[in-house]
This record gives sequence, C-alpha cells and structure tokens, in this order.
Amino acid sequence: MKNINRLLIANRGEIAVRIIRTCKQLGIETVLIASEADLDALPARLADEVVNIGPPPSQKSYLDIDAVIQAARQSEVDAIHPGYGFLSENADFANACEQDNIVFIGPTIAQLHAIGDKLQARENAVTASLPVIPGGSVSEIDAAASLAQEIGYPVLIKAVSGGGGKGMKVVTNPDDLLQAITLAQAEAENAFNDDRVYLECFVESGRHIEVQILGDGDNIIHLGTRDCSIQRRYQKLVEEAPAPLLSDELRDAIEQAAVNFGKHLAYRGAGTVEFLVDVTRGSFYFLEMNARIQVEHPVTETITGLDLIAQQIRLAEGKPLGLNQDDVSFHGHAIECRLNAEDCSNDFLPCPGTVTQAIFPAGSGIRIDTHIESNSNVPPFYDSLLGKLIVWGNDRQEAIKHMQSAIARCHIEGVATNILLQRAILNESAFVEGGVDTGFLPSHLAAGDWDLEAKNG
Amino acid sequence: MNLSHEDVQEILRILDETTYDELTLETDRFTLNLKRKGGGWTQETKLGGKRKEEGGSVASINNTKALDEPTPTEDGLLDIRAPMVGTFYRSPKPGSDPYVAIDSEVKKDSVIGIIEVMKLMNSIPAGVSGEVVEILAEDAEFVEKGQLLMRVRPSP
Repeated sequence: MKNINRLLIANRGEIAVRIIRTCKQLGIETVLIASEADLDALPARLADEVVNIGPPPSQKSYLDIDAVIQAARQSEVDAIHPGYGFLSENADFANACEQDNIVFIGPTIAQLHAIGDKLQARENAVTASLPVIPGGSVSEIDAAASLAQEIGYPVLIKAVSGGGGKGMKVVTNPDDLLQAITLAQAEAENAFNDDRVYLECFVESGRHIEVQILGDGDNIIHLGTRDCSIQRRYQKLVEEAPAPLLSDELRDAIEQAAVNFGKHLAYRGAGTVEFLVDVTRGSFYFLEMNARIQVEHPVTETITGLDLIAQQIRLAEGKPLGLNQDDVSFHGHAIECRLNAEDCSNDFLPCPGTVTQAIFPAGSGIRIDTHIESNSNVPPFYDSLLGKLIVWGNDRQEAIKHMQSAIARCHIEGVATNILLQRAILNESAFVEGGVDTGFLPSHLAAGDWDLEAKNG
Repeated sequence: MNLSHEDVQEILRILDETTYDELTLETDRFTLNLKRKGGGWTQETKLGGKRKEEGGSVASINNTKALDEPTPTEDGLLDIRAPMVGTFYRSPKPGSDPYVAIDSEVKKDSVIGIIEVMKLMNSIPAGVSGEVVEILAEDAEFVEKGQLLMRVRPSP
C-alpha cells in the first residue's frame, strides 16, 4: 500500500466539507469532483482543486464510475474517498479503483460483496454466531406451530416475495396461527403470484442501535454504541452516543457481537454494525452492516476524541490500527440533529432553493457540520441534508439542554427546514427520559401532537 | 468560509472575555458574523464573491398539489404539466415499460410518470382523462414546474 498525499473526494455537501477538513489537518491535497450544480458551492471553494464531473443529475455525475475514475486519473491522485451514499459501497467502483492503482478508502472488494447483499450478510452473521431475527419458512402447519412456539409469540407472518404489508399478519395467540397462515398465503398468492410465507419473531418495540468498528484486517476494535431510533421512513433524524438506558450486559453483548462480525470478515476500515434491540424481550438482532463512514459519525468522534476520517485514511494506506480497545475511552454524551430542507407541515416535501440566511449556534461543546452558508444554493438533484448540529454534554441531560438552547439559536431562511420538528422532539418527555423505540416519531407525527407549521410564513 | 471550526472557537474564547455582543470580520475570502444571543453565540458566514452568474437559484417548491383543472387548448387537447421541478421518468424503473405511450388511454388518477426531487420519487397523475397524443418530455429529462409533459385528447 502507498502513502496518500493527494486525494480525490467523490462526494458533495457536508461530507465533502468534512473530508476536506481532515485532509487539511493531515497535509493531504484535495481534489473535489463537483457537478455543474455544485461548482460554486462551499466544498468547491474549500478544496485545493475542483474537477467538473458532469451535468447535475447524479447518474451523469457522482454516480458515473467512468467519469470519476477519469477525473482521478487526470488529477493524479493517490486515493479516492467516496464519503457516504453515491459510490461509497459500490464494489464495481472499488474494483475500477484497484484496476487503476488508486486506493479506494473503504473495505476490500470481497468485504463490500459480503456485506452489500442482505442475504449474504445475514448468512455471514449466522456463521459469526450473531443473533439474527429468528424465523424460518413455513410449509406445513405442524412445523409452523412448533417454530412459532420455539420463537415465542407474537410472531409475524410475511410473504417470501412480499412488500408493502401484503401477506403480513401478526399472530399473538397460537389458536389463530392456522387461520392467519392460510389468509397470508391467499393474500400472497393474490398479490405476488407466490404463496410461500415466512414466519419470524415480531418485534413490537424495537430500538435501532449500532456499533462503530475500526479494523486493520487483523485487529478489530469498537468505538461504542449509537442510538438512531428517531426515524421516519428509515431516515434518521436524531442520533446519540452512547445509546442511553441499556443494561451493561446488553451493551457489552452488542459491542462484542459487532467486533465478532468484524473479526469474521477480517474487516479493514471503518464500519458500522446495525442491530435491532427488542425492548420487550430484552434481546438484540443483527440487521446489517454499513461499510462506509456514516452521517452520524460525529457523535462517536465527540465522545471518543477520535477523527474517523483520519482513521479511514490511515487504514486504507494499509497501516495497522494505531490503538487497542483499551486505548478507547468514552467521555460524556453527544447528540446530533440533522437539519433537512423539507417542509414538515406538508408531508416532508423536500424544499430546494436558495438559503438567504443561515445562522448557526456557536460556542464550546457545539459542532456544526455543514456546506451551507448564507446565500448557498440547495439544488433539487440531491438529498435534503443541510447540515448537522452536534452538541456535547457531561451527561445526557446536559447534552439535551445544550441542544435545546443551540437549536433555538439556529435560524435558516429561504427554504423550509425541519427545525421545528427537531425542537418538538427535544422537548418531548419520552425523548428526554431516553430509550424511545422506532415507533416514537411516526406515532407522534400520526397523532399530530406537534405544531410544525412555521409562523409568519 | 476558509476559517476552521477551531478558528471560530478561538475567536469566541477571546470574545467571551470581553463585553462585546457582536463581531463582524470581513476579508476578501470570507465574511463572519458572531453574535451573542439568548445565553449563547451564533455564527453566520456568507457565500460571496465569485458566485456564478448563470448558477441561478431554483425556486422553492412548496406543494405537490395538482395544478388547476386544465381546460382544452385551441386544438381541443388537454395539457399534462409537471406539478414540481425535478427529473422526469416515464417508467417505474430503468428498462421497464413506460407508464404510458402514444395512444394510451389515461384516467385522471392514472400514473403517467415519476418526478424525482431530492431522491424522493413522486408519482404524477394524469389529472385528465383521454388518449395520449403527444409526449413532450423525455425520460430522465429535468423538468421545471409547469413544464408541458404530455397532451391528451379528451374522451368523448
């Protein structure tokens, strides 16, 4: 492996700014690819060099593997940092980098394959002795009954070729099992022309808890948990580290499971192993692994004092991990709120446009990761993330107080934002108590508990 | 802004020891405004200078509601227009058949395409009934709000 002195950033927005920041500290030259819509944005002003990668639509710019490789070749970089999204977990892209002798900042191609396919990832998890959501296919009713008994009620019946809730039934009482399976089979036959159904443990109340890991292919360590249960349609809104209100036994078991998975893969790089914690049963299950830097990485950085981008670069250079598990210590509590350009009073419709004014909180214990300044343009081609507000406190209560005060000083004009929603979440007693499940946000939204209508327009 | 987060923290530490409530720094490279507000500081930086002339701001869109009831044009055809800005797709996924083609019969709630805006897929209803006679927007074309997508001959 080679030293990285010149790096191409194959991304945009706040994560491009974030990567440039670490590169500046490490003395690495940065070349940024930017679509025609991003040529004038903040990342393009911060990078040492900018390559126009193509027209605004992602398929013709940030997702165009040939164009990105061409840009890397022309600008003679040592490595490519893909950020998150776009090509960050694309094995073909990693392969193209390797063909051109460019370091892909991420895991190996084999690891991208092992993690990218959900079924393969689940098989790998089983091999590594991680708990997965218990279940199995159902063909005979007797076998189904004993499987359900073994898993424990309530159970969920799902169509094998399912989706959209068709063929899905929750069964709480063993007497209802037969009828529910028959119904589900009929529905599945109708909807998907395939009557095969599947039975699994029904998690009534689940928390999304993930573990950040780092590996050099040999040594694997974890950087603790993050709780990302505040979600709407699988989009995370608030994240915190460490995950609150977990028993020591459960936390240790989850962290150890993540490390075991990393060891099984001989993982190299930074990755996140995601789990579903069943609040009712007090158990946890492997969901999937993400082989990239994640949006919510700053909360882990804040409580560990580590720079995850710097770690990624170091590991991609082929260097060994510079620290052992014992060297990782955790301080206080961190919370991140994502600021999105979306209209929460109108079905979360994304709102591109010009940010006429962007005022962010500042001060000790506050970090802002953003590519937005006053007069910045938010193009309609990409996601609606404007930035992330991260605060630190000695404990969770202090962190919440800091966040409430920080977000009150946040003022964005020109595009609709989710600031009012974030304020409502931060003031909700269940959130303040901690440990809410993934049903928290959808149920409050469905009940219309919060006034999300921006006053004076 | 070419100031780092650490630079701002450093400036705030200095300001904290003063009685000033506001500081504005303006150089060729950046504009930074720091203000004391409600028990804490706020920061504002500005994108200025070399903004591209043609970069142009995109109008913010605030609703997906259908446009007003269309009325036939002189040639008796009805227009289907884009209800929002974004990338227009004629089929549910690449390679599959388009939702509608020339001669397709559509009803008011028939889906005629998808407009992708900021990674969100919005299905576009015809809003009119009849037979598609013209398709003016290409697959994967970027369309403006109100742009003509298709023309329909109303059913008798």
